[in-house]
Amino acid sequence: MLSRVAQNIYWMTRYVERAEDTARLINVNTNLLLDLPRTTTFGWLPLIFIVGAEKLFFEKDPYRLADETNVVKFLISDREHPGSIISSLAAARENLRTTRDTVPQEAWEQINGLYIYARDHTPSRRGRYEFLRRVIHGAQQIGGLLAGTMTRTAAYDFVRLGHYLERADMTTRILDVRSANLLSHASQTQTQTSMQTQAPIPATREEQDPFESIQWMSVLKSLSAYQVYRQQVRVRVNGPDVLKFLLQDEYFPRAVAFCLRQLDICLRKLPRHEAALAALAALQQTLNAATVPDLAREGLHDFIDEVQIGLGELHGQIAAAYFAH
Amino acid sequence: MTIEWQHYAASGSYYDELIASGTGPRPAARALCEYLASLSDQELHERKTAAELAILVMGITFTVYTEGGSIDRAWPFDIVPRIIPKHEWDRAEAGLKQRVQALNLFIDDLYHEQKIIRDGVFPAEVLAQSVNFRPQCVGVSPRYGVWAHICGSDLVRDKDGTIYVLEDNLRVPSGVSYMLENRVVTKRVFPELFGHQRIQPVDDYTLRLYDMLASLSPRPGDHPTVVVLTPGIYNSAYFEHSYLAQQMGVELVEGNDLEVGDDDCVYMRTIEGLERVDVIYRRIDDLFLDSEVFRPDSTLGVKGLMRAWRKGNVALANAPGAGVADDKVVYAFVPQIIKYYLDQDPLISNVPSYLCMRETDRNHVLANLDKLVVKPANESGGYGMLVGPHATPAERKRFAELIPKDPRNYIAQPTLALSTSPTLCDDRMEPRHVDLRPFILSGPTTYVTTGGLTRVALKKGSLVVNSSQGGGSKDTWIVGTEGL
Repeated sequence: MLSRVAQNIYWMTRYVERAEDTARLINVNTNLLLDLPRTTTFGWLPLIFIVGAEKLFFEKDPYRLADETNVVKFLISDREHPGSIISSLAAARENLRTTRDTVPQEAWEQINGLYIYARDHTPSRRGRYEFLRRVIHGAQQIGGLLAGTMTRTAAYDFVRLGHYLERADMTTRILDVRSANLLSHASQTQTQTSMQTQAPIPATREEQDPFESIQWMSVLKSLSAYQVYRQQVRVRVNGPDVLKFLLQDEYFPRAVAFCLRQLDICLRKLPRHEAALAALAALQQTLNAATVPDLAREGLHDFIDEVQIGLGELHGQIAAAYFAH
Repeated sequence: MTIEWQHYAASGSYYDELIASGTGPRPAARALCEYLASLSDQELHERKTAAELAILVMGITFTVYTEGGSIDRAWPFDIVPRIIPKHEWDRAEAGLKQRVQALNLFIDDLYHEQKIIRDGVFPAEVLAQSVNFRPQCVGVSPRYGVWAHICGSDLVRDKDGTIYVLEDNLRVPSGVSYMLENRVVTKRVFPELFGHQRIQPVDDYTLRLYDMLASLSPRPGDHPTVVVLTPGIYNSAYFEHSYLAQQMGVELVEGNDLEVGDDDCVYMRTIEGLERVDVIYRRIDDLFLDSEVFRPDSTLGVKGLMRAWRKGNVALANAPGAGVADDKVVYAFVPQIIKYYLDQDPLISNVPSYLCMRETDRNHVLANLDKLVVKPANESGGYGMLVGPHATPAERKRFAELIPKDPRNYIAQPTLALSTSPTLCDDRMEPRHVDLRPFILSGPTTYVTTGGLTRVALKKGSLVVNSSQGGGSKDTWIVGTEGL
């Protein structure tokens, strides 16, 4: 299999997954916003940091307001932002265009159709949920089509490598939204109480608790994980257990550990996998060694950073082995 | 009964491929014409829709350049086949083999001793001003002495039915995938017609192409690595590149998938590492092949490719430099070239041509710009031409200025009364002008496609058949007529 074709297929599925997970990311933040008391004016700015695009976002205008309108527009329809939903779908489409003979014709039609839908619809605040739902479903259909029609040769391994690597990365980013809001929540509590401009926020642990479980529930829901979590974990929704589930569960397909296991299976089928497998093993070890209840209290953001660096390292090894130019 | 062939408006001033004026359908076309006449309007319309749908679903496209970027368009196709009787085709086939054989000997001679020039048959100054002669190829001896492995020669028919060669495409001729797909579509639309007639199959082209390419491999072995080299998705023939690669089961590569190693061999980058490439069917023009030798700014090709080819470590089809014979001035000399190398008379005629480099010819051309077709020596796709009788005075004036400035670059031919073939236009059968591009493969043996790609000018009265300029195509049937 040609390196270029492998590379294009890998990026095609990464971009499809990125579009889907960006939609999920916006959903989780929207839901958090709705669930929190009005007094906590936590922002949309954390999303910009979470997708790692702060430089780009403020490049043109350092005083650009990171409010809902601007951030959502940046994440959905900004062509200059390579990680926006529209840019991701356009990039997926371009990558597929050059490899149309390797993937089933229907996949091309599906990606093309989803791109055209996203291009022709700029969602209003009210239409946003429906728009994001269609993006998520469209991406799921593409995954289903490829799984149902592609022959299991190396090309399909690259489809899966792209999917799971991107998904692992984005699941950690979605968790990061939660951690960012915990932090901003805490700091806002301080500043706001000190400024005394608004009604004091409930400060004790017990008072915050009801909000906490609601927030973790919306994280689970945004990853289609709520049902499974309830069935499998069987305790009331709480931070440490949700984190443990989404990071370390080996059976739920959006959990990081599951994604890493799939990457392991794909890589073992490919030639010249030694360095990539070593990077993967190191990452798995980091993940397994984490004591999640502690992370729930503090250090989640740093831990997620560490996982993301590991995923970056893994991507680098895959690129070096198979795409190297 | 909707088509009454006696009312088909075949004008007496053109040869019609299916209908003889006055006497109705020609023998080889009789079964088809009777069948078409038996269909109702509705049925005929349904067949047309079915063909359009098949083309859409099969994704047969060609790319058109516009200012807003390039777009894939569905391939314009007419469902009424063009028919050539087998005995007539056999003669044309023999003529094409003769012609390509002589052209390959000619190219090989130009890159070696140039005997044809020393013997005074071919003028040295024509070669000196050839834009497609590549000094970098001098002294190279491709296997079998073949340079133009794939040739597409355009055939036309004049008013009296004589077949002429209009031009030879020896660089990167395209269109063969459409020939193959047209047959697939026609079989879907008119399956009942194939049962009762001796319509010769065309499907073995890609097998023949693969065998020919494999025979060029520098490493003897059962499974040489053959690849198709494309400039990429923005090329107008990208559909064909990917189609041929798929049909032959070989990789479709771009320039940066390949590299030339320290051992001067060509390798492609795969997920397993570097894999040696033996034969490259290149669909990139000479000048973009190798930035080390040709255009230094080209990123489409492979640096060092010419080095590898000259050393015999990789085969290129067509060989670089083969285009030297793809020049309308050289075209005018083909009858002499055939005579010189094969000591035979040409089996298919050339269209009589005036060479503007000759003073008497030039004066004649300048005095008759309103009657002649003027062609630049090295353009393809119907660009840069003057069709005298259809041109405006301003266009003629421009050519009257262009020709004396660069006489070597222009030839002129009488305006041919290109033959017509019945074509379904708005659900009516009307005559439209056609040509034919057969493809000739040269390796250890020579193979000619059964028929070729019939291109049709869909606009009424138009003589331009190029798909980039409003042309479409038809399936081409070679039909046995013994006993008809």
